[in-house]
Amino acid sequence: MEVWLLILGMALITFAIRYSLFAFPDLRFPPLVRQGLHYVPTAVLSAIVLPGMLIPDGQQWAFNSENAYLLAGVVTIAIAALTRHLLATIGGGLLVFFALRALLGQLPV
Amino acid sequence: MSRLQQFGYGCRDSLAMIVGIVPFGLIYGALASLAGLTLWQALGMSLLVYVGSAQFIAISLLTLGSGALVILLTTFVVNLRHVLYSAALQPYVGGLPQRWRLPLAFGLTDETFAVVQRRYLARGMADYGQWYHAGVALALYLSWVGSSLVGALLGQSVPNLAGWGLDFAMLATFIGIVVPALRNQPQIAAALVASAVALLCHAWPYKLGLMAAALSGIAIGVWLEQRQTRMSNGEAG
Repeated sequence: MEVWLLILGMALITFAIRYSLFAFPDLRFPPLVRQGLHYVPTAVLSAIVLPGMLIPDGQQWAFNSENAYLLAGVVTIAIAALTRHLLATIGGGLLVFFALRALLGQLPV
Repeated sequence: MSRLQQFGYGCRDSLAMIVGIVPFGLIYGALASLAGLTLWQALGMSLLVYVGSAQFIAISLLTLGSGALVILLTTFVVNLRHVLYSAALQPYVGGLPQRWRLPLAFGLTDETFAVVQRRYLARGMADYGQWYHAGVALALYLSWVGSSLVGALLGQSVPNLAGWGLDFAMLATFIGIVVPALRNQPQIAAALVASAVALLCHAWPYKLGLMAAALSGIAIGVWLEQRQTRMSNGEAG
């Protein structure tokens, strides 16, 4: 039940944001807010990516050569910087990640 | 040109995006199952919320044991970028009747925006622009919902799926979105500051460190951008 309430809440929030400016065709945001919006994706996603690489289980720092999330993450960042292509980044990143996990003997097979 | 034809063109131009969406839908569905959601809940989130990045984040927050309030707050912050899309399409969609604006707003994802914006910039609303938009939105919606369902089924039937580390797909996706956006100093500073604060505050309860990190990154980006503007104005004057 709680999960359904969460889903409904997320749906309402998401729709309200998407509908915001379609609902009020004359609405304009102040320049400061518009400026701030440009940094939202970068700030939020970076704040998820770095901890995901360095603290993969959400508890312990894993700054070591056994951490495939960290190693593959660095390679993925390099691929993204060089190709600037989303699919190439995801495909290449996943390939490197699973290759590393296999080499490190971390796959459940 | 007919409405149906435009609708078809919209579906056709969505194909490249669908190739990108389907793997994420599969992985989302699998991760949702692993996080303990039932098949209907995993599918319901895709059907009702329909925003890949926030769904991924919600699932990983659920896995980490975050509370609902934090997940809702995060959803809000992560989705704020849609205000930009809504603003960019407002000149075209704003004049349509309510029965068009509601569903088009619901389907306004990163991918939908990328495809329809190109068409609107080239031709505006000429030749049933809203039908093209509807074709894109529906094709992308169905591919997301369909692949989520298949992923959730896989997540429930494949043993040991949790041990594979599928969550790395989310990190790779976010890296692929962020890194190409780091084109100027304020964006780079926003990324660095947000990352550093997130690492320092990762132990804060309810994942509130994520909020602190996002707000710090946004603040530093805006501050640097304004400083740059002032400096270039100073030189010009």
